[in-house]
Amino acid sequence: MSDAVIRVAGLGKQYRIGNKQECYKTLAETVRHSFTAPFRKLRSGLQNGNGRRNSTIWALKDLSIAINRGEVLGIIGRNGAGKSTLLKILSRITEPTEGYAEVDGSVSSLLEVGIGFHQELTGRENIYLNGAILGMKRNEITRNFDEIVAFAEIEKFIDTPVKRYSTGMYLRLAFAVAAHLQSEILIVDEVLAVGDAQFQKKCLGKMNEIRGGGRTILFVSHNLAAIQSLCSRALWVQDGRGIEDGEPGAVVADYLKTATMFLGEKVWDDRATAPGGDEVRLHAIRLIPEGDTNVELMNTATPLMIEVEYWSLKPDTKLSLIMSVYNQEEVCVFSSNSASEQAWQDKPLPTGLFRSQCHIPGNMLNDGAYRVSLVVFKDGSTVVHREEDALVFEIQDNVEDRNGWYGKWAGVIRPKLYWSTELLEPFSDKAPSKPIETSA
Amino acid sequence: MAANSAIEGQIPLDEIRKTQLKTVLRIEPSKGWAPLKIGELWEYRELIYFLAWSNVKIRYKQTVLGAAWAIIQPFMTMLVFSLFFGKLAKVPSDNVPYPVFSFAALVPWTFFSNSLRLASNSLIGSAHLITKIYFPRLAIPIATVLSGVVDFGVAFLMLLAMMLYYGMMPGDRMLWLPLFFMLAVVAALGASLWLSALSVEYRDVQHVMPFVLQFWLFATPIAYSSSMLAEPWRTLYGINPMVGVVEGFRWALLGVHTSPGPIIIVSSVAALITLTTGAFYFRRMERTFADMV
Repeated sequence: MSDAVIRVAGLGKQYRIGNKQECYKTLAETVRHSFTAPFRKLRSGLQNGNGRRNSTIWALKDLSIAINRGEVLGIIGRNGAGKSTLLKILSRITEPTEGYAEVDGSVSSLLEVGIGFHQELTGRENIYLNGAILGMKRNEITRNFDEIVAFAEIEKFIDTPVKRYSTGMYLRLAFAVAAHLQSEILIVDEVLAVGDAQFQKKCLGKMNEIRGGGRTILFVSHNLAAIQSLCSRALWVQDGRGIEDGEPGAVVADYLKTATMFLGEKVWDDRATAPGGDEVRLHAIRLIPEGDTNVELMNTATPLMIEVEYWSLKPDTKLSLIMSVYNQEEVCVFSSNSASEQAWQDKPLPTGLFRSQCHIPGNMLNDGAYRVSLVVFKDGSTVVHREEDALVFEIQDNVEDRNGWYGKWAGVIRPKLYWSTELLEPFSDKAPSKPIETSA
Repeated sequence: MAANSAIEGQIPLDEIRKTQLKTVLRIEPSKGWAPLKIGELWEYRELIYFLAWSNVKIRYKQTVLGAAWAIIQPFMTMLVFSLFFGKLAKVPSDNVPYPVFSFAALVPWTFFSNSLRLASNSLIGSAHLITKIYFPRLAIPIATVLSGVVDFGVAFLMLLAMMLYYGMMPGDRMLWLPLFFMLAVVAALGASLWLSALSVEYRDVQHVMPFVLQFWLFATPIAYSSSMLAEPWRTLYGINPMVGVVEGFRWALLGVHTSPGPIIIVSSVAALITLTTGAFYFRRMERTFADMV
């Protein structure tokens, strides 16, 4: 297809390290610099000029892509992969160091909602200011004014300074202005990272509408569920390079395979040096997803099994395992004791190699990264061995059962609970009961 | 397609395309001096207006005395000058009462010095805009300088009131005043472009500004008259564009006898050179603003 609206060829952006904070110079430095420059050039000439190159990084390197009219391109990648740099270059905020991009059509970029909003100004004043910053003409803003206000649901507070707004109102207003931008290409960075459920729903609804209008959208998000359902194409960027480009589901799956933080198995073969003590030594710890799921694609619905193999070295020792699972905030999500197993409860173990398996049902852990710590007890109270980071794994978000909401599912755990709703007493048609009046 | 019209309030895509210039924009590394792109700046004139307008609003909303500051600042300086230079040092004031003599100079000077002070910090203060969206960066210092026009207007009314108090009626010469004010705007803008662009790379600029402004205040005939100098030095003095502005204001309003003609020409040339070089320097430095600010 030759209907490309954005053509990027060999695009690269080099930053000096620590650019943001340390790069600006003082006059004294510049003066000193200009005096010593000839000497430094001489020296670096002798060293083949390698000295300076070390202090730079390529935030983006050799990126080439053609984006067609009407496509919704989702850009994924870890923090610092170069996603935002790409958007900034295409938005003309910063210049590339090499390569070029050709853009055919008007561009609106929305790298942050509410750019230029000022706390002291009223909602009305901020709409005009923000609209002008986003590149809208004054009569265009005036024409859309009522609609913007209605979309933001702030009719009553339009002449109140935004410093008195709640966070939700503020965000709704900021997004409302941006939602009325009229350009052929829309560049959006992480708008879903903020706001409550209702706000997100509005954002996504509007994005869907815009998508329906045939505009081209570039969309960066960490929210893989949103990428998969909104985008027609996905680009995975890593270390400033485009790794994969194609159908969102496939790209997201490949991205997850490498991007997942994972330590799913530890094995010690030598019984003499394996971690433990005189009574017990560990042979292996494993995380196994049950069913036919890949370890990389475990999501919140996947049942898991954690398997521990250990040598019991002293006869008639009562051994038990306590496994604790911690989330990223270092909250212990749960602990489980192997002594709860009826068959071995309070019974001493003979010597030999044992295997204990612990089953974690699906729909229990929320999405996120976890670590497992394992403690081996003797006689139920004495710690024989402690393995702090026995396993590390990540649970992906489950795209299903979300009912159109793409934010982080709240809660330490994410159980699928049983609900039941029944109609207790239908209102009879003949005598409708009066709704309770709340207004005065 | 009927589905497209479902997007409320949004102009159909085809119409948008028709109204916009069909040129493919090429984004690539640039080197050396960049064109000024005055046309693009003109496209963004509404943004300049809104930025200037919000600067004024915010400034007045955030201070208790609001617009009164526009008067207090030059008025207090005038009192100090009148006491020390007028009464104690008995500096000659071209046969005009010293308070109105110094105030007529302080009004444009305050506009100039506030412009420089605010503009030199304007890019750093607008980092949240520069790193998040594209627009001609020249809009920021220009809007900052323009936002000072309101303060100037308020202080100018005070000046007129003072002239009436001293029984001085402005005459035909006052018609020249807009020209001298334009000169003040050009001079302020030129210096502001240099200072704002420099301040992104050299943060020292913010610390140097108070000294620069103080020095410039005394290097401009505000507390004294340029007629203290003999020709050709008096004309050469016009290299400082504010000399032309101040002498022009006094000539147009107070009816002092020394005609400032040659000074105005020198000052205008100096101001235009500052503005042109400042604009080119700004455009050259502009490409690194988003990465450095």
